[in-house]
Amino acid sequence: MLEATELECERGGRTLFRGLSFALAAGDVLRVAGLNGSGKTSLLRILCGLLTPTNGEVRWRQTRIQALREEYSRELVYLGHAPAVKDDLTPFENLCIACRLMGVEPRKEAVSWALSAFAVPDVPVRKLSQGQRRRAALARLLMSDGVPLWLLDEPFAALDTAAVAYTEELIERHLAAGGSVVYTTHQRTGIDSRARMVQL
Amino acid sequence: MIAVARAIVARDLLLALRRRSDVATALLFFIIVASLFPLGIGAEPNLLRGIAPGVIWVAALLSSMLSLGRLFAGDHADGTLEQLVLGAAPLGVVVAAKTAAHWLVSGLPLVLIAPLIALQYDLHADLYGVLALSLLLGTPVLSIVGAIGAALTLGLRGGGVLISLLVLPLYVPVLILGAGSVEMAAAGLSAQGQLLLLGAMLMVARHSRRWRSRRRCAFPWSSSPPQKSTR
Repeated sequence: MLEATELECERGGRTLFRGLSFALAAGDVLRVAGLNGSGKTSLLRILCGLLTPTNGEVRWRQTRIQALREEYSRELVYLGHAPAVKDDLTPFENLCIACRLMGVEPRKEAVSWALSAFAVPDVPVRKLSQGQRRRAALARLLMSDGVPLWLLDEPFAALDTAAVAYTEELIERHLAAGGSVVYTTHQRTGIDSRARMVQL
Repeated sequence: MIAVARAIVARDLLLALRRRSDVATALLFFIIVASLFPLGIGAEPNLLRGIAPGVIWVAALLSSMLSLGRLFAGDHADGTLEQLVLGAAPLGVVVAAKTAAHWLVSGLPLVLIAPLIALQYDLHADLYGVLALSLLLGTPVLSIVGAIGAALTLGLRGGGVLISLLVLPLYVPVLILGAGSVEMAAAGLSAQGQLLLLGAMLMVARHSRRWRSRRRCAFPWSSSPPQKSTR
C-alpha cells in the first residue's frame, strides 16, 4: 500500500538519510529507529506529505502522494511530536474538532467513550499533565476505525504502563483488521517483535 | 469540504470566545489610538472632521495587524496546524476559513464600533454609513493580505515586527481608497468609485489567495518542521 523509494532528506545542509526504500503492505508494522536528530520525525513527515523529500518519492496505492493530497490525507492518521490539542478547549471539544477536520461528523457517545477508554478527565487541556495530553491525542486512534494508515511519532512518550499497553492493544487490533502502522519510539514495546525495523 | 471549513471557523470562534482578552485588546487598541488624536491635536471641529476618515482607517489597519501574529502562530506551536494541513479539506479552504474567522473576530467589531469613533470626530451622521461600508469592504482585504504576512513570518523570531514591514506597504491601497471614500462623501461627491474599487480588491484578494494556496510550496510550514522554531 505505502511505498517509499530512494528517499533522501536534507535538513539545514546536513543529509539525514539517503537511499531509503521500503514498502508497507496491509497488516504491516514498521518501526523507525535511530538516535535523536537522526531524522525519524522528518521521515514520518515525508510519509504523510508535510515535508517534501530532497530526493525520492512516496507512493500510496501506486500513486504519488503529492498527486493525491486530500485523498491521501483522508487515508491516514498522523500523530506528531506535539499532541495537537488546544489548551483552551476540553479534550471532548478537541476530539470532536479533530474528527470534523477529517470530514467525519462525530457521535457524542463515541467521543466520550474514546476519552473514557484513555481515562482523560473532562477539564480544559491546560490543566492536564503531559501524559494526559498524550492520551487525549491518542484517543483519536479510537475514532479512526476505517483509516488504513497510522503514522505515529513517539506515541508512547510520557505514557504510563497501562496506557502503553492499551495503545499497543489498539495497534495490534488495527493490524489485525488489515491496517498499517509506522511508528517511532525509544522505548521497548510489545509490538517490536512483529515490527520490521528501519534504522536511520 | 464546506463542513470542514465551517468546523474550522467554529473552532476559531470558540477559541476566541475562550480567550476574550485577545479580542478585547485589538478592539481597545483601535478605540484608544483613534481617541488619542483629538486629545493631541485639540478640539478644533473642522480639523477633526477633516482628519477623521484617515485617522480611523489608520487605527483600523494597526489594530487588524495587532492580531495577525496569532493567526497561525498558536496552531503552529501546538501542532494543530499540521492536522489542519492534513485534514480532509484542501489547504486553500483551510486558509480561507481561518482568515474568515480572523475577520469575524478582529475586523467586524471595528466596523460596528467605527460610527461611535466617528461621533468623537464630529463626523456628519450621513457619513457613518459610508465609513462603515468602506470598513466592511476593506477590513476583509486586510485580513486576507495579512494572512500572507502571517504565513511567511511563521516560526521566525521577531516575526511580529517583520510582519508589519511586510504587510503595511500592501495595506496602502486599501487605506487610500477606504479613507478616500469617506472624504469624497464628506465633500458631497459620490463615494461609489472608491467603494467599488475596494470591493474589486476584495474579490481579487480572495481569488488570488485561492490560487496561491493551491501551490503548497507557498507556505513555509509545508516544507519546514515545527521543531525549527521551538528549538
